[in-house]
Amino acid sequence: MSAPRSGVLNKQQREALIDPLFNNNPIALQVLGICSALAVTTKMETALVMSAALTAVLIGSNVSVSLIRNYIPSSIRIVVQLTIIASLVIVTDQVLKAFLFDVSKQLSVFVGLIITNCIVMGRAEAYAMQNGPVLSFWDGLGNSLGYSLILVFVAFFRELFGSGSLLGIQLFELATEGGWYTPNGLMVLAPGAFFLIGFFIWGLRAWKPDQQEAY
Amino acid sequence: MQPSNTYTIGFAAAVCVVCSIFVSGSAVALKDRQDQNKLLDKQKKVLAVAGLMEEGQKLSPEEIQGLFDTRIKARAVDMDTDKHSDAVDAATHDMRKAAKDPALSHEVEANACKVKRVANHTIVYHVVDEAGSVEQVILPIHGPGLWSTLYGFLALETDTTTIKGITFYEHAETPGLGGEVDNPKWKSRWPGRKAFDDKGNVAIKVIKGTAGDIKKAPHEVDGLSGATITGNGVTHTAHFWLGEDGFGPYLQNFKSGGAG
Repeated sequence: MSAPRSGVLNKQQREALIDPLFNNNPIALQVLGICSALAVTTKMETALVMSAALTAVLIGSNVSVSLIRNYIPSSIRIVVQLTIIASLVIVTDQVLKAFLFDVSKQLSVFVGLIITNCIVMGRAEAYAMQNGPVLSFWDGLGNSLGYSLILVFVAFFRELFGSGSLLGIQLFELATEGGWYTPNGLMVLAPGAFFLIGFFIWGLRAWKPDQQEAY
Repeated sequence: MQPSNTYTIGFAAAVCVVCSIFVSGSAVALKDRQDQNKLLDKQKKVLAVAGLMEEGQKLSPEEIQGLFDTRIKARAVDMDTDKHSDAVDAATHDMRKAAKDPALSHEVEANACKVKRVANHTIVYHVVDEAGSVEQVILPIHGPGLWSTLYGFLALETDTTTIKGITFYEHAETPGLGGEVDNPKWKSRWPGRKAFDDKGNVAIKVIKGTAGDIKKAPHEVDGLSGATITGNGVTHTAHFWLGEDGFGPYLQNFKSGGAG
């Protein structure tokens, strides 16, 4: 690690942290992890908890895979990664059930499905297998933040327009309760999230044209 | 360099051991807290349908526990004799598990509610006032919606026909359509309606459109727009659980004071 230091992190670490936010966002550019992004984003609260759960798993798996990367026999590396990820996911699920029961009920199977979230596998295989634990930590955090960014963005609009509230606090008076706002049903259903992610990717690629795919 | 087979197998075994210790350790350490949460969640639902706490109201676990202990009494009902029974522990008996176990449940006739087996012992809740006399009876119900089985509670006054409240604590209906069975506004249409008609037949029904006030339409509840199938499911559920194979005979016993 001979890169020049600036601030707390050196350049490599900074890149590992910042790049996945906009330059190499796991959802927007790599289009991974879409399934949970559609499912848990009807409310801000579930999106935030899901983001936290993924952050814990991704950092944990990146660091542990990176720590043992030189000892993993390459013939069974994917299985080993999956075992580690699955264990972390189960533990995260157990913790949620113990401390955030109501939210964990709403997230239901989706915490368990982090196991199959391509972001986690992808980072373990593509990054943690080649880099040290410190860099892998920052890469895990960066990618989780990139994922969380999209989830919170989508959940913000879905909850605001679908339920007229944010984090459970009613902002628009609903028509069913005698107010003026008729909730947008599309936002509550999964296609609403597709449209929002689409708009996000559109905006991002207009801002950074190098992310556009060649025809 | 290709590592030897022994090394590969040894490595895999080591990873498995470490991971399983990690997983089982956390599961054991957190089990008490999780069971506590599940219990509290159920108690909250019972309190909500009894009208003892507001939906979504934040109460501390101690408050919920306290309220539940003083105001709610769980009673086991023998579905064969239709009387109270002490054969199972009302606090811990798992009806849902029992309904799947052939030894602990019995088959019922084909019905619109699509319930195939009923547990031999079910748990109802009595809401008691400070003096200890029963104010409401809360029945566990479940039945089909459009996508999922709805699990809930129906609360009746002691005349066993005036509805006190209804709630569904578990379902997977379409949010905004069938999912509106959760809507406090819709649930507020239930209290005061009559479950049975003058002849003692189950009459409560979710209709299409608006039911009007209680005097004019005592047996009808507003439908949920865009959720006809969920609404019908709720009707079937109420009819089954208040009927012959459900709690009908028990409610008669209860009313006449013969439930033991």
